[in-house]
Amino acid sequence: MNPSELTVRTRGLTKRYGAKLALDGVDLSVPRGTVHGLLGPNGAGKTTTVRILATLTRSDAGEASVAGYDVRTQPRQVRSSIGLVGQQTAIDDKLSARQNLTTFGRLFRLDRASARRRADELLEIFGLQESSGRSPKTFSGGMRRRLDLAASMILAPAVLFLDEPTTGLDPAGRREVWQAVRELAAQGTTVLMTTHYLDEADQLCDRISVIDHGRNFIEDTPAGLKRRIGDERLEVAVADPDALSGVADLVAGVTGLEVTVDREAGRTSVAVPDGVAALTAVASRIQAEQIEISDIGLRRPTLDEAFLHLTSEATR
Amino acid sequence: MSTTGRTPTPTEGGTLAAAPVPGTEKDSLGSRLTWALRDCWTIVEQELTHLARQPSTFAWQLGMPVVMVLMFVYVFGSAMDVTGQGAGEGYVDYAMPGMFAMTMAFGFMNTAFAVTLNKEKGFMDRYRSMPMAPSAVVTGRGVSDIIQAAVDLATIAGIALIVGWRAGGSLVETLAAFGLLLWLRLALIFVGIYLGLLIKNSEVAGSLFAVAFPLGFISSVFAPPEMMPGWLGAVAAWNPISSTANAIRELFATPGAGLGEPSYWIDGQALLGAVVWPALIMAIFVPLAVRQFQNLSR
Ligand SMILES: Nc1ncnc2c1ncn2[C@@H]1O[C@H](COP(=O)(O)OP(=O)(O)OP(=O)(O)O)[C@@H](O)[C@H]1O
Ligand SMILES: [Mg+2]
Repeated sequence: MNPSELTVRTRGLTKRYGAKLALDGVDLSVPRGTVHGLLGPNGAGKTTTVRILATLTRSDAGEASVAGYDVRTQPRQVRSSIGLVGQQTAIDDKLSARQNLTTFGRLFRLDRASARRRADELLEIFGLQESSGRSPKTFSGGMRRRLDLAASMILAPAVLFLDEPTTGLDPAGRREVWQAVRELAAQGTTVLMTTHYLDEADQLCDRISVIDHGRNFIEDTPAGLKRRIGDERLEVAVADPDALSGVADLVAGVTGLEVTVDREAGRTSVAVPDGVAALTAVASRIQAEQIEISDIGLRRPTLDEAFLHLTSEATR
Repeated sequence: MSTTGRTPTPTEGGTLAAAPVPGTEKDSLGSRLTWALRDCWTIVEQELTHLARQPSTFAWQLGMPVVMVLMFVYVFGSAMDVTGQGAGEGYVDYAMPGMFAMTMAFGFMNTAFAVTLNKEKGFMDRYRSMPMAPSAVVTGRGVSDIIQAAVDLATIAGIALIVGWRAGGSLVETLAAFGLLLWLRLALIFVGIYLGLLIKNSEVAGSLFAVAFPLGFISSVFAPPEMMPGWLGAVAAWNPISSTANAIRELFATPGAGLGEPSYWIDGQALLGAVVWPALIMAIFVPLAVRQFQNLSR
């Protein structure tokens, strides 16, 4: 792809904090108008990457450009082209929602009338106009995050950075924020977001970079990533430990696959390509043989398991 | 379309999306300076709106000096003999200037706390990612703290008048006294900004009190250093707060102040001290605060 079409581009980005290597060569290429996810466990280097791109932290080595500007040599131009929603919600609880937006508008150097007009537009876009006079302290988590998003959208930036936008939100709050991000992306804003959640990346992102130990080692579409992470697992648990080997034989017989047995948890588990078919087959067989089980279900690999899997795949 | 253009949203006014942020790119120093001042004022407005929306915070901040005034004047004051004319005599006149000076001195904690909170809550990051003047985060804090300090002084002066204190000097001297108080506060704003940037979180900032308390009290604020044991008296006399307190006692023509042989050289130079000490503090802490601010991007 033509590099000038890339809104965010980094090469060999490196950052050291004392003895700790926080970034160890991050390469990102985010085309204009796409939503790109940085997925990784705690301490992977997601926030550090975003902070460098948002001109908050200087990198030790490597290049980074945002909207065509170099983050090191043209920070002022970069700041005019970005919006940042940090890991914490940076809104002022002592002002009303509307005053928050007008204050930020003024700091984006709009005149008073434009700042007010833009605040009203954003309150409407983010569905907050009814609460505009209230302190954000009285808001739900989702509303606070939406106000935070609104504050970062005052100049309709070319690039929006979102650092864990839904952490700490309940499912309803997450959906609200997802919806807001989708709408922004649909209008052409390039979004770079970090997340711990595979399902969130799946919902929002065009492409995902998996990052761990300061290095992004896989980049793929959500569907491709899920394929790599592996199949769903069918788990059957029993209350009576003596019944466990019988159940394991049954599951192996029905699926024809290798079954792992966890004696301590009293559970058998098997990776299945077609989860629903395997679940139905195993369940009806268990019912027919009248075996007593305590639980049966399909489970996606947890992110931890997925990381283990992906890391070993990448180093293989 | 170039990659640098902002993405317009459908509801957005056409002028807004196309206009570059003024005062950021290739503009002259003069225009950048003007914008920096405007950004500073926006932050000040934000802070003043806090006060307007939540006067109770302001009341809480003043609670401490008010309680101190009442306690020292009525509880300890009746036992103190600072003028040599008997216990309680002239103590209001002696203690009130001390009270003013201490309120200014303790103000550095408010500054430090506010800065740490800004950092902790992610405001500092948001501001620094915006095309505004980065300096405005700090200058705006300073200006609003000075405004707040002036309001604090006026309130305490009101209480002082109620408990019987009078400024005995001319109008010019009285204004000069309040000027010196704000001068001390200004110097300590930079100490507060430096500490606020240095400190990791607001819990630590809350414990600054443990440092501030002895610094405030080992001074001439509530008792003349001459009445303290030797070394402590010397420390108290050389405390910058003492110079300001003694200087304004002179300017308020406090009875008994400046009478008799001063035991410490600095006691005789209160006015000079009240001007020089804050300047010295700023000479040290302005560069420290600037460096600490730049360290944020390390
Ligand atoms: N200011 C700092 N000083 C020292 N070490 C730091 C600093 N910021 C980050 N680190 C370290 O750098 C590494 C990467 O941190 P970073 O915050 O980028 O991770 P993250 O992927 O955002 O993690 P999380 O999911 O927990 O937010 C971590 O080991 C962290 O401890
Ligand atoms: Mg993080």
